[in-house]
Amino acid sequence: MNMIQTLPTRKDEAFRYSDLDALARVWPVAHEEIQVVAGTGESRQVIEMGEGVVARHLVIRLEKQARLDLRILTAGPAFGRIAVDVELAEGADFMLGAAQLATGGETLEIVTEVTHAQPGATSRQVVRTVLGGHSTGTYLGRIAVARGADGTDAEQSVRAMLLDRTATANARPELEIFADDVKAAHGCAVGELDAQGLFYLQARGLTPPEAKRLMLQAFIAEAFTGAPGEEALSAAALARLEAIL
Amino acid sequence: MLQIDNLQARVADKPILKGLSLTINSGEIHAIMGPNGAGKSTLSYTLGGRPGYEVTGGSVMLEGQDLLEMEPHERAAAGLFLGFQYPVEIPGVSFVQFLREAANAQRKGRGEEPLSGGEFLKLAREKAGLLRMNMDMLKRPVNVGFSGGEKKRAEMVQMGILDPKLAILDETDSGLDIDALRIVGDGINTIMRAPNKAVLLITHYQRLLDYVKPDFVHVLAGGRIVKSGGPELALELEEQGYEAVAG
Repeated sequence: MNMIQTLPTRKDEAFRYSDLDALARVWPVAHEEIQVVAGTGESRQVIEMGEGVVARHLVIRLEKQARLDLRILTAGPAFGRIAVDVELAEGADFMLGAAQLATGGETLEIVTEVTHAQPGATSRQVVRTVLGGHSTGTYLGRIAVARGADGTDAEQSVRAMLLDRTATANARPELEIFADDVKAAHGCAVGELDAQGLFYLQARGLTPPEAKRLMLQAFIAEAFTGAPGEEALSAAALARLEAIL
Repeated sequence: MLQIDNLQARVADKPILKGLSLTINSGEIHAIMGPNGAGKSTLSYTLGGRPGYEVTGGSVMLEGQDLLEMEPHERAAAGLFLGFQYPVEIPGVSFVQFLREAANAQRKGRGEEPLSGGEFLKLAREKAGLLRMNMDMLKRPVNVGFSGGEKKRAEMVQMGILDPKLAILDETDSGLDIDALRIVGDGINTIMRAPNKAVLLITHYQRLLDYVKPDFVHVLAGGRIVKSGGPELALELEEQGYEAVAG
Protein backbone atom coordinates (compact mmCIF):
# COMPACT_ATOMS: atom_id res chain seq x y z
CA MET A 1 0.00 0.00 0.00
CA ASN A 2 1.25 3.42 -0.94
CA MET A 3 1.68 5.84 1.90
CA ILE A 4 1.49 9.55 1.34
CA GLN A 5 4.58 11.03 2.90
CA THR A 6 3.99 14.73 2.36
CA LEU A 7 2.14 16.46 5.15
CA PRO A 8 -1.39 17.31 4.02
CA THR A 9 -2.55 20.91 3.78
CA ARG A 10 -5.89 22.49 4.55
CA LYS A 11 -6.74 22.13 0.89
CA ASP A 12 -7.09 18.41 1.47
CA GLU A 13 -10.75 18.04 2.38
CA ALA A 14 -10.00 15.29 4.86
CA PHE A 15 -7.64 17.61 6.77
CA ARG A 16 -9.55 20.82 6.47
CA TYR A 17 -10.24 21.17 10.20
CA SER A 18 -7.13 19.38 11.41
CA ASP A 19 -4.43 20.73 13.69
CA LEU A 20 -1.64 20.46 11.11
CA ASP A 21 1.12 21.59 13.48
CA ALA A 22 0.22 18.77 15.82
CA LEU A 23 -0.20 16.34 12.96
CA ALA A 24 3.30 17.17 11.68
CA ARG A 25 4.73 15.69 14.88
CA VAL A 26 3.32 12.24 14.14
CA TRP A 27 3.30 12.28 10.34
CA PRO A 28 3.39 10.01 8.41
CA VAL A 29 0.74 7.84 9.99
CA ALA A 30 1.17 4.13 9.42
CA HIS A 31 -1.83 2.17 8.19
CA GLU A 32 -3.15 -0.43 10.59
CA GLU A 33 -4.63 -3.14 8.46
CA ILE A 34 -7.54 -5.23 9.64
CA GLN A 35 -8.98 -7.99 7.56
CA VAL A 36 -12.03 -9.93 8.66
CA VAL A 37 -12.29 -13.20 6.79
CA ALA A 38 -15.44 -14.35 5.08
CA GLY A 39 -18.29 -15.37 7.32
CA THR A 40 -16.64 -14.45 10.61
CA GLY A 41 -17.25 -11.68 13.11
CA GLU A 42 -14.90 -9.56 15.18
CA SER A 43 -15.02 -6.66 17.55
CA ARG A 44 -12.32 -4.06 18.08
CA GLN A 45 -11.88 -1.06 20.31
CA VAL A 46 -9.74 2.00 19.81
CA ILE A 47 -9.39 3.90 23.06
CA GLU A 48 -7.18 6.98 23.20
CA MET A 49 -7.27 8.65 26.58
CA GLY A 50 -3.70 9.85 26.94
CA GLU A 51 -2.68 13.48 26.59
CA GLY A 52 -0.50 14.56 23.72
CA VAL A 53 -0.86 13.91 20.03
CA VAL A 54 -2.24 10.79 18.45
CA ALA A 55 -3.14 9.96 14.87
CA ARG A 56 -4.23 6.55 13.69
CA HIS A 57 -5.37 5.23 10.39
CA LEU A 58 -7.27 1.96 10.26
CA VAL A 59 -7.66 0.28 6.90
CA ILE A 60 -10.28 -2.42 7.13
CA ARG A 61 -11.44 -5.02 4.66
CA LEU A 62 -14.51 -7.07 5.36
CA GLU A 63 -14.79 -10.14 3.20
CA LYS A 64 -18.10 -11.72 2.19
CA GLN A 65 -20.54 -11.98 5.09
CA ALA A 66 -17.88 -10.74 7.53
CA ARG A 67 -18.87 -8.59 10.50
CA LEU A 68 -16.93 -5.99 12.44
CA ASP A 69 -18.06 -4.07 15.49
CA LEU A 70 -15.64 -1.17 15.97
CA ARG A 71 -15.87 1.25 18.88
CA ILE A 72 -13.78 4.35 19.30
CA LEU A 73 -13.33 6.53 22.34
CA THR A 74 -11.08 9.57 22.05
CA ALA A 75 -11.00 11.61 25.22
CA GLY A 76 -7.85 13.29 26.42
CA PRO A 77 -5.46 13.99 23.55
CA ALA A 78 -4.54 17.58 22.65
CA PHE A 79 -4.87 16.39 19.08
CA GLY A 80 -6.52 13.12 18.20
CA ARG A 81 -7.32 11.93 14.73
CA ILE A 82 -8.76 8.54 13.99
CA ALA A 83 -9.19 7.74 10.31
CA VAL A 84 -11.07 4.62 9.31
CA ASP A 85 -11.29 3.28 5.78
CA VAL A 86 -13.58 0.33 5.34
CA GLU A 87 -14.30 -1.75 2.30
CA LEU A 88 -17.26 -4.09 2.45
CA ALA A 89 -17.65 -7.16 0.29
CA GLU A 90 -20.97 -8.84 -0.38
CA GLY A 91 -23.25 -9.12 2.66
CA ALA A 92 -20.65 -7.73 5.06
CA ASP A 93 -21.71 -5.76 8.11
CA PHE A 94 -19.82 -2.87 9.68
CA MET A 95 -20.78 -1.13 12.90
CA LEU A 96 -18.94 1.94 14.13
CA GLY A 97 -19.77 3.55 17.45
CA ALA A 98 -17.53 6.47 18.29
CA ALA A 99 -17.41 9.09 21.01
CA GLN A 100 -15.02 11.96 21.29
CA LEU A 101 -14.81 14.31 24.27
CA ALA A 102 -12.72 17.45 24.20
CA THR A 103 -12.12 20.55 26.25
CA GLY A 104 -9.59 23.40 26.44
CA GLY A 105 -7.95 23.88 23.07
CA GLU A 106 -8.10 20.23 22.03
CA THR A 107 -8.84 19.15 18.48
CA LEU A 108 -10.36 15.73 17.87
CA GLU A 109 -11.47 14.23 14.62
CA ILE A 110 -12.93 11.10 13.22
CA VAL A 111 -12.67 10.63 9.49
CA THR A 112 -14.36 7.67 7.86
CA GLU A 113 -14.59 6.37 4.37
CA VAL A 114 -16.92 3.43 4.00
CA THR A 115 -17.02 1.76 0.63
CA HIS A 116 -19.81 -0.63 -0.21
CA ALA A 117 -17.99 -2.43 -2.99
CA GLN A 118 -20.43 -5.30 -3.44
CA PRO A 119 -24.17 -5.92 -2.99
CA GLY A 120 -26.08 -6.47 0.21
CA ALA A 121 -23.66 -5.02 2.75
CA THR A 122 -24.73 -2.91 5.72
CA SER A 123 -22.90 -0.19 7.57
CA ARG A 124 -23.94 1.83 10.56
CA GLN A 125 -22.07 4.72 12.12
CA VAL A 126 -23.03 6.40 15.38
CA VAL A 127 -20.76 9.28 16.36
CA ARG A 128 -21.24 11.41 19.47
CA THR A 129 -19.05 14.39 20.24
CA VAL A 130 -18.99 16.51 23.41
CA LEU A 131 -17.06 19.77 23.25
CA GLY A 132 -16.22 22.31 25.92
CA GLY A 133 -13.90 25.31 26.13
CA HIS A 134 -12.31 26.27 22.83
CA SER A 135 -12.09 22.71 21.57
CA THR A 136 -12.87 21.54 18.06
CA GLY A 137 -14.53 18.27 17.16
CA THR A 138 -14.89 17.03 13.63
CA TYR A 139 -16.57 14.15 11.89
CA LEU A 140 -16.01 13.68 8.19
CA GLY A 141 -17.78 10.64 6.88
CA ARG A 142 -17.91 9.53 3.31
CA ILE A 143 -20.00 6.62 2.13
CA ALA A 144 -19.32 5.34 -1.34
CA VAL A 145 -21.61 2.81 -2.95
CA ALA A 146 -20.03 1.20 -5.97
CA ARG A 147 -21.77 0.38 -9.21
CA GLY A 148 -23.65 -2.86 -8.77
CA ALA A 149 -23.62 -2.74 -4.95
CA ASP A 150 -27.40 -3.08 -4.85
CA GLY A 151 -29.15 -3.78 -1.59
CA THR A 152 -26.73 -1.56 0.27
CA ASP A 153 -27.95 -0.28 3.63
CA ALA A 154 -25.82 2.56 5.01
CA GLU A 155 -26.61 4.73 7.98
CA GLN A 156 -24.88 7.64 9.69
CA SER A 157 -26.06 9.21 12.92
CA VAL A 158 -23.85 12.11 13.89
CA ARG A 159 -24.48 14.42 16.82
CA ALA A 160 -22.35 16.97 18.62
CA MET A 161 -23.06 18.74 21.89
CA LEU A 162 -21.48 22.09 22.63
CA LEU A 163 -20.98 22.83 26.32
CA ASP A 164 -19.64 26.31 25.61
CA ARG A 165 -20.35 28.75 22.83
CA THR A 166 -16.61 28.93 22.19
CA ALA A 167 -16.35 25.30 21.08
CA THR A 168 -16.61 24.30 17.43
CA ALA A 169 -18.19 21.26 15.86
CA ASN A 170 -17.74 20.27 12.24
CA ALA A 171 -19.78 17.48 10.73
CA ARG A 172 -19.87 16.49 7.13
CA PRO A 173 -21.60 13.33 6.06
CA GLU A 174 -21.15 12.59 2.35
CA LEU A 175 -22.79 10.07 0.06
CA GLU A 176 -21.57 8.94 -3.29
CA ILE A 177 -23.92 6.42 -4.83
CA PHE A 178 -23.48 4.56 -8.08
CA ALA A 179 -25.94 1.72 -7.47
CA ASP A 180 -29.71 1.66 -7.87
CA ASP A 181 -31.23 -0.14 -4.94
CA VAL A 182 -29.67 1.63 -1.97
CA LYS A 183 -30.91 2.60 1.46
CA ALA A 184 -28.82 5.41 2.86
CA ALA A 185 -29.82 7.49 5.85
CA HIS A 186 -27.96 10.17 7.62
CA GLY A 187 -28.81 12.38 10.53
CA CYS A 188 -26.58 15.16 11.65
CA ALA A 189 -27.09 17.66 14.46
CA VAL A 190 -25.10 20.10 16.54
CA GLY A 191 -26.73 21.41 19.67
CA GLU A 192 -26.63 22.37 23.29
CA LEU A 193 -28.02 20.50 26.27
CA ASP A 194 -31.79 20.82 26.53
CA ALA A 195 -32.46 23.61 29.04
CA GLN A 196 -35.85 22.18 29.99
CA GLY A 197 -34.34 18.79 30.73
CA LEU A 198 -31.62 20.37 32.85
CA PHE A 199 -34.16 22.34 34.88
CA TYR A 200 -36.31 19.24 35.35
CA LEU A 201 -33.36 17.29 36.78
CA GLN A 202 -32.32 20.20 38.99
CA ALA A 203 -35.85 20.64 40.28
CA ARG A 204 -35.57 17.04 41.49
CA GLY A 205 -32.41 17.82 43.42
CA LEU A 206 -29.46 17.28 41.09
CA THR A 207 -26.81 19.99 41.10
CA PRO A 208 -26.18 21.66 37.71
CA PRO A 209 -22.99 19.61 37.06
CA GLU A 210 -24.77 16.39 38.08
CA ALA A 211 -27.68 17.16 35.76
CA LYS A 212 -25.35 17.91 32.86
CA ARG A 213 -23.30 14.82 33.53
CA LEU A 214 -26.37 12.59 33.55
CA MET A 215 -27.65 13.97 30.26
CA LEU A 216 -24.26 13.80 28.57
CA GLN A 217 -23.68 10.28 29.86
CA ALA A 218 -26.87 9.23 28.10
CA PHE A 219 -25.83 11.10 24.97
CA ILE A 220 -22.44 9.38 24.80
CA ALA A 221 -23.89 5.97 25.67
CA GLU A 222 -25.64 5.94 22.30
CA ALA A 223 -22.25 5.35 20.68
CA PHE A 224 -21.60 2.28 22.80
CA THR A 225 -25.01 0.63 22.93
CA GLY A 226 -24.77 -3.09 22.27
CA ALA A 227 -20.96 -3.14 22.18
CA PRO A 228 -18.99 -5.93 23.78
CA GLY A 229 -17.45 -4.09 26.72
CA GLU A 230 -20.15 -1.43 26.66
CA GLU A 231 -19.90 -0.80 30.39
CA ALA A 232 -16.12 -0.35 30.40
CA LEU A 233 -16.32 2.07 27.49
CA SER A 234 -19.07 4.09 29.19
CA ALA A 235 -17.15 4.15 32.46
CA ALA A 236 -14.02 5.40 30.72
CA ALA A 237 -16.01 8.11 28.94
CA LEU A 238 -17.67 9.10 32.21
CA ALA A 239 -14.32 9.58 33.94
CA ARG A 240 -13.25 12.05 31.27
CA LEU A 241 -16.65 13.70 31.24
CA GLU A 242 -16.43 14.40 34.95
CA ALA A 243 -13.04 16.02 34.42
CA ILE A 244 -14.44 18.22 31.66
CA LEU A 245 -17.48 19.45 33.60
CA MET B 1 -44.41 26.40 55.89
CA LEU B 2 -44.59 28.76 52.88
CA GLN B 3 -44.92 32.49 53.06
CA ILE B 4 -45.25 34.44 49.81
CA ASP B 5 -45.32 38.17 50.29
CA ASN B 6 -46.09 40.64 47.51
CA LEU B 7 -44.32 38.51 44.89
CA GLN B 8 -43.69 40.15 41.56
CA ALA B 9 -42.13 38.33 38.63
CA ARG B 10 -41.73 38.76 34.93
CA VAL B 11 -41.02 36.54 31.97
CA ALA B 12 -39.20 37.97 28.95
CA ASP B 13 -39.70 41.49 30.36
CA LYS B 14 -43.42 41.00 30.67
CA PRO B 15 -44.73 41.39 34.23
CA ILE B 16 -46.89 38.37 35.10
CA LEU B 17 -47.05 38.19 38.89
CA LYS B 18 -48.05 41.57 40.29
CA GLY B 19 -47.97 41.39 44.05
CA LEU B 20 -49.06 37.90 45.01
CA SER B 21 -49.32 37.06 48.68
CA LEU B 22 -50.15 33.67 50.14
CA THR B 23 -49.43 31.83 53.37
CA ILE B 24 -49.57 28.05 53.62
CA ASN B 25 -49.24 26.39 57.02
CA SER B 26 -48.12 22.84 57.76
CA GLY B 27 -50.89 20.31 57.34
CA GLU B 28 -52.82 22.43 54.86
CA ILE B 29 -53.83 21.81 51.29
CA HIS B 30 -54.40 24.91 49.17
CA ALA B 31 -55.77 25.15 45.66
CA ILE B 32 -55.13 27.99 43.27
CA MET B 33 -57.56 28.28 40.42
CA GLY B 34 -57.71 30.80 37.66
CA PRO B 35 -58.28 31.42 33.99
CA ASN B 36 -55.64 30.95 31.31
CA GLY B 37 -52.96 33.59 31.45
CA ALA B 38 -53.61 34.45 35.09
CA GLY B 39 -50.05 33.53 36.07
CA LYS B 40 -50.60 30.04 37.52
CA SER B 41 -47.70 28.33 35.78
CA THR B 42 -45.50 31.38 36.25
CA LEU B 43 -46.11 31.08 39.97
CA SER B 44 -45.02 27.44 40.06
CA TYR B 45 -41.95 28.00 37.89
CA THR B 46 -40.96 31.09 39.86
CA LEU B 47 -41.19 29.13 43.10
CA GLY B 48 -39.17 26.32 41.50
CA GLY B 49 -36.48 28.74 40.33
CA ARG B 50 -36.70 28.13 36.61
CA PRO B 51 -34.27 30.26 34.59
CA GLY B 52 -36.07 33.02 32.70
CA TYR B 53 -38.56 33.69 35.48
CA GLU B 54 -37.24 36.88 37.00
CA VAL B 55 -38.34 38.01 40.43
CA THR B 56 -38.64 41.79 40.54
CA GLY B 57 -40.05 42.20 44.03
CA GLY B 58 -41.43 40.57 47.14
CA SER B 59 -40.24 37.60 49.16
CA VAL B 60 -40.82 33.86 49.54
CA MET B 61 -39.86 32.00 52.69
CA LEU B 62 -39.92 28.21 53.03
CA GLU B 63 -39.75 27.23 56.68
CA GLY B 64 -37.91 30.43 57.49
CA GLN B 65 -35.39 30.08 54.64
CA ASP B 66 -35.27 32.57 51.79
CA LEU B 67 -36.41 30.42 48.85
CA LEU B 68 -35.57 33.00 46.20
CA GLU B 69 -31.90 32.96 47.21
CA MET B 70 -31.62 29.25 46.45
CA GLU B 71 -30.75 27.37 43.27
CA PRO B 72 -33.39 24.93 41.99
CA HIS B 73 -31.57 21.89 43.45
CA GLU B 74 -31.21 23.63 46.81
CA ARG B 75 -34.95 24.29 46.84
CA ALA B 76 -35.50 20.58 46.26
CA ALA B 77 -33.15 19.70 49.10
CA ALA B 78 -35.00 22.18 51.31
CA GLY B 79 -38.14 20.12 50.77
CA LEU B 80 -39.84 21.67 47.75
CA PHE B 81 -41.30 19.44 45.04
CA LEU B 82 -42.52 20.88 41.77
CA GLY B 83 -44.95 18.72 39.84
CA PHE B 84 -44.67 19.73 36.19
CA GLN B 85 -47.62 20.45 33.97
CA TYR B 86 -45.55 19.07 31.10
CA PRO B 87 -43.02 16.58 32.48
CA VAL B 88 -39.88 16.62 30.36
CA GLU B 89 -38.71 13.62 28.32
CA ILE B 90 -35.04 12.77 28.79
CA PRO B 91 -33.88 10.10 26.33
CA GLY B 92 -31.27 7.66 27.58
CA VAL B 93 -31.64 8.44 31.26
CA SER B 94 -33.68 5.86 33.16
CA PHE B 95 -36.10 6.91 35.89
CA VAL B 96 -34.47 4.55 38.34
CA GLN B 97 -30.99 5.92 37.74
CA PHE B 98 -32.10 9.54 37.80
CA LEU B 99 -34.35 9.20 40.85
CA ARG B 100 -31.74 7.40 42.87
CA GLU B 101 -29.24 10.14 42.09
CA ALA B 102 -31.85 12.80 42.84
CA ALA B 103 -32.87 11.21 46.14
CA ASN B 104 -29.25 10.82 47.19
CA ALA B 105 -28.33 14.34 46.07
CA GLN B 106 -31.11 15.65 48.30
CA ARG B 107 -30.05 13.45 51.18
CA LYS B 108 -26.48 14.65 50.78
CA GLY B 109 -27.74 18.25 50.78
CA ARG B 110 -29.39 17.51 54.12
CA GLY B 111 -26.34 15.72 55.53
CA GLU B 112 -27.96 12.26 55.43
CA GLU B 113 -26.49 8.93 54.32
CA PRO B 114 -27.18 7.88 50.71
CA LEU B 115 -29.63 5.05 49.98
CA SER B 116 -28.12 1.80 48.76
CA GLY B 117 -29.30 0.31 45.46
CA GLY B 118 -31.46 -2.21 47.32
CA GLU B 119 -32.98 0.34 49.68
CA PHE B 120 -33.78 2.61 46.79
CA LEU B 121 -35.46 -0.09 44.70
CA LYS B 122 -37.61 -1.13 47.65
CA LEU B 123 -38.74 2.47 48.13
CA ALA B 124 -39.37 2.95 44.41
CA ARG B 125 -41.40 -0.26 44.19
CA GLU B 126 -43.55 0.79 47.12
CA LYS B 127 -44.30 4.24 45.66
CA ALA B 128 -44.87 2.88 42.16
CA GLY B 129 -47.37 0.44 43.66
CA LEU B 130 -49.17 3.32 45.32
CA LEU B 131 -49.70 4.92 41.92
CA ARG B 132 -50.39 1.50 40.31
CA MET B 133 -47.43 1.88 38.08
CA ASN B 134 -45.43 -1.04 36.81
CA MET B 135 -41.86 -1.03 38.09
CA ASP B 136 -40.71 -1.88 34.54
CA MET B 137 -41.87 1.55 33.43
CA LEU B 138 -39.42 3.12 35.84
CA LYS B 139 -36.58 1.29 34.15
CA ARG B 140 -37.37 3.12 30.93
CA PRO B 141 -35.96 6.51 29.93
CA VAL B 142 -37.51 9.42 31.81
CA ASN B 143 -41.02 10.08 30.43
CA VAL B 144 -40.08 8.90 26.94
CA GLY B 145 -43.04 7.27 25.22
CA PHE B 146 -45.28 7.81 28.27
CA SER B 147 -48.86 8.94 27.72
CA GLY B 148 -49.97 12.18 29.34
CA GLY B 149 -51.57 10.27 32.19
CA GLU B 150 -48.53 8.05 32.73
CA LYS B 151 -46.30 11.11 32.94
CA LYS B 152 -48.48 12.58 35.67
CA ARG B 153 -48.51 9.32 37.60
CA ALA B 154 -44.75 9.14 37.24
CA GLU B 155 -44.54 12.65 38.70
CA MET B 156 -46.41 11.40 41.76
CA VAL B 157 -44.12 8.37 42.07
CA GLN B 158 -41.20 10.79 42.09
CA MET B 159 -42.94 12.85 44.75
CA GLY B 160 -43.40 9.72 46.85
CA ILE B 161 -39.76 8.78 46.56
CA LEU B 162 -38.40 12.26 47.23
CA ASP B 163 -40.77 12.77 50.17
CA PRO B 164 -40.98 16.59 50.10
CA LYS B 165 -42.38 18.91 52.75
CA LEU B 166 -44.17 21.12 50.26
CA ALA B 167 -45.51 20.01 46.89
CA ILE B 168 -46.54 22.52 44.26
CA LEU B 169 -48.52 20.59 41.68
CA ASP B 170 -49.07 22.45 38.43
CA GLU B 171 -52.12 21.06 36.62
CA THR B 172 -51.35 17.55 37.71
CA ASP B 173 -54.94 16.69 36.73
CA SER B 174 -54.58 17.63 33.06
CA GLY B 175 -54.35 14.66 30.73
CA LEU B 176 -55.86 12.25 33.26
CA ASP B 177 -58.90 10.10 32.64
CA ILE B 178 -61.38 9.43 35.47
CA ASP B 179 -59.61 6.33 36.79
CA ALA B 180 -56.16 7.91 36.66
CA LEU B 181 -57.54 11.00 38.37
CA ARG B 182 -58.67 8.90 41.31
CA ILE B 183 -55.33 7.07 41.49
CA VAL B 184 -53.39 10.33 41.39
CA GLY B 185 -55.75 11.93 43.93
CA ASP B 186 -55.31 8.98 46.30
CA GLY B 187 -51.56 9.20 45.76
CA ILE B 188 -51.44 12.85 46.70
CA ASN B 189 -53.48 12.18 49.84
CA THR B 190 -51.33 9.23 50.91
CA ILE B 191 -48.01 10.92 50.25
CA MET B 192 -48.70 14.48 51.27
CA ARG B 193 -51.62 14.64 53.73
CA ALA B 194 -49.67 14.85 56.98
CA PRO B 195 -49.33 17.36 59.81
CA ASN B 196 -45.77 18.28 58.77
CA LYS B 197 -46.47 18.64 55.05
CA ALA B 198 -48.37 20.95 52.75
CA VAL B 199 -49.64 21.04 49.18
CA LEU B 200 -50.37 23.79 46.69
CA LEU B 201 -52.57 22.51 43.87
CA ILE B 202 -52.70 24.62 40.75
CA THR B 203 -55.64 23.70 38.58
CA HIS B 204 -58.22 24.85 36.08
CA TYR B 205 -60.95 22.55 37.23
CA GLN B 206 -62.82 21.45 40.28
CA ARG B 207 -62.58 17.74 39.43
CA LEU B 208 -59.23 16.99 41.14
CA LEU B 209 -60.57 18.71 44.25
CA ASP B 210 -63.24 16.01 44.53
CA TYR B 211 -60.43 13.61 45.41
CA VAL B 212 -57.99 15.95 47.14
CA LYS B 213 -60.10 18.13 49.39
CA PRO B 214 -58.48 21.52 49.82
CA ASP B 215 -58.64 23.47 53.04
CA PHE B 216 -58.41 26.75 51.15
CA VAL B 217 -59.18 27.82 47.60
CA HIS B 218 -57.76 30.95 45.98
CA VAL B 219 -58.57 32.64 42.73
CA LEU B 220 -55.61 33.95 40.76
CA ALA B 221 -56.32 36.62 38.18
CA GLY B 222 -54.13 39.28 36.68
CA GLY B 223 -51.09 38.10 38.61
CA ARG B 224 -52.53 38.28 42.11
CA ILE B 225 -54.90 36.47 44.44
CA VAL B 226 -58.23 38.21 44.02
CA LYS B 227 -60.37 36.00 46.21
CA SER B 228 -59.86 33.33 48.87
CA GLY B 229 -62.25 30.99 50.58
CA GLY B 230 -62.98 27.41 51.57
CA PRO B 231 -63.71 24.43 49.31
CA GLU B 232 -67.10 25.92 48.45
CA LEU B 233 -65.33 28.62 46.41
CA ALA B 234 -64.18 26.00 43.91
CA LEU B 235 -67.77 24.81 43.41
CA GLU B 236 -68.93 28.36 43.01
CA LEU B 237 -66.28 28.94 40.34
CA GLU B 238 -67.25 25.76 38.53
CA GLU B 239 -70.88 26.84 38.43
CA GLN B 240 -70.57 30.51 37.69
CA GLY B 241 -67.21 30.95 36.00
CA TYR B 242 -64.22 33.05 36.93
CA GLU B 243 -65.61 36.33 35.73
CA ALA B 244 -68.76 36.16 37.80
CA VAL B 245 -66.97 35.11 40.97
CA ALA B 246 -63.73 37.06 40.74
CA GLY B 247 -64.34 39.58 37.99
